[in-house]
Amino acid sequence: MKAKVYVNLKSGVLDPQGKAIQHSVELLGFSGISDVRQGKYFEISLDGSLDNQKARESVEKMAREVLSNPIIEDYRVEIEA
Amino acid sequence: MKFGVIVFPGSNCDHDAYHVISKHVGQPVDFIWHRDTDLSTYDAVILPGGFSYGDYLRAGALARFSPVMNSVKKFAESGRFVLGICNGFQILCEAGLLPGALIRNRDLHFICEHIHVRVETSDTPFTNELKSGTVLRIPIAHAEGNYICDDNTLAELQRENRIVFRYCEKDGTVTGAANPNGSRDNIAGICNRERNVLGLMPHPERACEDLLGSSDGRDIFRSLAATLAAAV
Repeated sequence: MKAKVYVNLKSGVLDPQGKAIQHSVELLGFSGISDVRQGKYFEISLDGSLDNQKARESVEKMAREVLSNPIIEDYRVEIEA
Repeated sequence: MKFGVIVFPGSNCDHDAYHVISKHVGQPVDFIWHRDTDLSTYDAVILPGGFSYGDYLRAGALARFSPVMNSVKKFAESGRFVLGICNGFQILCEAGLLPGALIRNRDLHFICEHIHVRVETSDTPFTNELKSGTVLRIPIAHAEGNYICDDNTLAELQRENRIVFRYCEKDGTVTGAANPNGSRDNIAGICNRERNVLGLMPHPERACEDLLGSSDGRDIFRSLAATLAAAV
């Protein structure tokens, strides 16, 4: 069982790295880009001892308390069997 | 009066802080390893600058889980004094001892230079030897010093006079151009509601000797020492 956690800056929070990446890809000739936001992605392998529901609760807690800073970031959790 | 300087894996301004307390403040000071949890003999602790845990995940995010941090929380709740400098400020925000967060500098660069900050209030244990409006020349050295908070928090900080330092011009004018990193409202340092916890991005411990380009930082440590002397 695997958990995937996506952490992104909240929409109002400045992302200078995203801006720099956008600028670079535009320099390379990619067009039609209106915005780039950089985030973090975590893959957490679970040993299967928790059922789906419990695993989600546990990973949600982890995402909220450690992997993200709720002042500046949002997170999304996916559980894969 | 006894000071402690907390040492996390990756702290690198711990010796500077220790030096300033022992030499310029002239008081006893210990290094406190982050696994230690007994702060009972200290009156003030400093969370120094550096790159605790290599800034993994987010600056200050992992240091929050060091064993000593539970003790630092209780220490602060008991009314004793906590000073977080640079990475120490980031840790205090991550730990919830100060509101807001410090994110990547507006222009992405790691900035290492002397800047000016204006003392916004002398009503803290860390600035009571300074007049409000005093301009200090102190270095900054950070990549994640862009202070951010929501509108309600900013209003609260302003209303409660908890913005302690603002980035400013040499003459003390607070301008956008004097803001090195994009911090909201030019914030360089804030305190908690009880005023016994201060976090700031500039490094006053690196500005305590004329030989190093400025001795303006001394007054912050002198203020704290005066507070402690009055309390004893």
